[in-house]
Amino acid sequence: MTKKIKNLNLNFGPQHPAAHGVLRLILELDGEVVEKADPHIGLLHRGTEKLIENKTYMQAVPYFDRLDYVAPMNQEHAFALAIEKILNIEVPIRAQFIRVIFCEIGRILSHILNVTTQALDVGALTPSLWGFEERETLMTFYERASGSRLHANYFRAGGVHQDLPAGLENDILKFCETFPKIINDLENLLTDNRIFKQRNVDIGIVSKEDALNYSFTGVMLRGSGVPWDLRKSQPYDCYEQLEFKIPVGKNGDCYDRYLCRIEEMKESVSIIKQCLTKMEKGPIKSYDGKISPPSKKEIKQSMEALIHHFKLFTEGYRVPKDEIYTAVEAPKGEFGVYLISDGTSKPYKCKIRAPGFSHLQSMDYLIKGHMLADVPAVLGSLDIVFGEVDR
Amino acid sequence: MKNLLDLEKKINSELPTKIKKTEIKHNQLYIEIEKENMIDVTLFIKSDKDTKFRQLIDITAVDYPEETQRFKIVYLFLSHEFNQRIIISFFISENEVVDSLTSIFPSANWMEREVFDMYGVNFKDHPDLRRILTDYGFEGHPLRKDFPLTGHTEVRYSEDKKKVISEPIKLEQNYRNFDYESPWEGTKYIKEHTENNDKKN
Repeated sequence: MTKKIKNLNLNFGPQHPAAHGVLRLILELDGEVVEKADPHIGLLHRGTEKLIENKTYMQAVPYFDRLDYVAPMNQEHAFALAIEKILNIEVPIRAQFIRVIFCEIGRILSHILNVTTQALDVGALTPSLWGFEERETLMTFYERASGSRLHANYFRAGGVHQDLPAGLENDILKFCETFPKIINDLENLLTDNRIFKQRNVDIGIVSKEDALNYSFTGVMLRGSGVPWDLRKSQPYDCYEQLEFKIPVGKNGDCYDRYLCRIEEMKESVSIIKQCLTKMEKGPIKSYDGKISPPSKKEIKQSMEALIHHFKLFTEGYRVPKDEIYTAVEAPKGEFGVYLISDGTSKPYKCKIRAPGFSHLQSMDYLIKGHMLADVPAVLGSLDIVFGEVDR
Repeated sequence: MKNLLDLEKKINSELPTKIKKTEIKHNQLYIEIEKENMIDVTLFIKSDKDTKFRQLIDITAVDYPEETQRFKIVYLFLSHEFNQRIIISFFISENEVVDSLTSIFPSANWMEREVFDMYGVNFKDHPDLRRILTDYGFEGHPLRKDFPLTGHTEVRYSEDKKKVISEPIKLEQNYRNFDYESPWEGTKYIKEHTENNDKKN
């Protein structure tokens, strides 16, 4: 007797807790083996790039918070650097340190979320409870510096919006002392955990060659053994003055990527500590080219300052005609801004290069031949946030 | 090649007929070519031992509606070996078709789909040219400059039909686009000027 067998199409998402957002993944299954995966994205598309074209440079900054919303300031950084390079502005050293501190805090925020939810996807609940407590502490640092926990809107072209409030530096330093213990706790739960290893080791292997061809960046690339980090290879702001290591994986599987993230968190803590010790009092934004608003005191005394303030918040500052691509090492990989300015106060074109976009694209390549249960594990290790994939 | 100037020379001498213009600024090499040569140039810079641009970072387009060659297609490449970035671009008019890079870089697949979705540029030999970011059944290409910021349609849940329906957009108030451009000449943003001027206002 012959039986007819046909492949099963399964809709994974858009409202599946392991889809990390609004991913609709159409899986073609042969029994429990995935034959083909077709991710449908764009369910969170907001037209960020179009909106930025219609806003002044300063008004465009908050849109960058809403891309990868677990590490907002890293995105702002790329945009600020792009404008600074076109305007040829030097950022005061204190502002550079502040920006690096908050970028590294963003990296920890993002990696905690990723590592713990990856564990959650494969069945471990406790890490996320412990990790999220630390995220809460870090977000209060965000709040104290910028006024909001998530959508910071803190970086400006030429520096940062305001100086750190009194006592914040000390509290961040205290956090740096206690946090390594939390990483250890997380590692005790996961690194040698039999179930966690069974679910992650040798799953979703990416070779060096394929990692390059599929435009992988960040941990996805380093997990496959390519020592490439923009903070080292194309240093921006004050990364040149700091010492840190680049953790590199060996096998390019989900487990190696997890290990890379854990090690990167440790490095981030050390970077923050170095910044805090090297930091001195000083100006926190550049007043070159009238891109920063004058102080309240000046506005009260000088007509010119008042006009400047008014023009800055209505027309905005102008950026000369130019074209530039700048990239930063965001927690998820290379986050780039391709900016075309036309001499007015609004960008003519602002293309956002989100790392998650190319990572998610390789889903079909990564998951082919794996079991259905491996889909969340691979998806978890890709570190997808739909704010940046869909833009 | 470690040096950008050497790289510029090398590319100009190896591909003399295919390169229209090269320029170095912001520590990156900008190259302008003709549409037809994109595949050849890409193959060269990917495989040559002195260039090794083995990673395609992004593909995008820029819309200049008043030009006859309306779209500028931009490709960003990165070389890990030599730590360099290169930006290749060419202009096409509205209905021209561009060769797909998917056979050279598999990651070009979604990037080209995005350009197709946002600008309506067609790619030849693309395995699966569908819309990617916009909604199912969406019409128009949102990043074109003549596409309104508010869009054409809005969606809502219809109680009668018991499903989400899409209808022409109704705005309580028109979208207001204030023209703040100063009738006076703004600052020129030349650094020397501000440095000489110690008395900051």
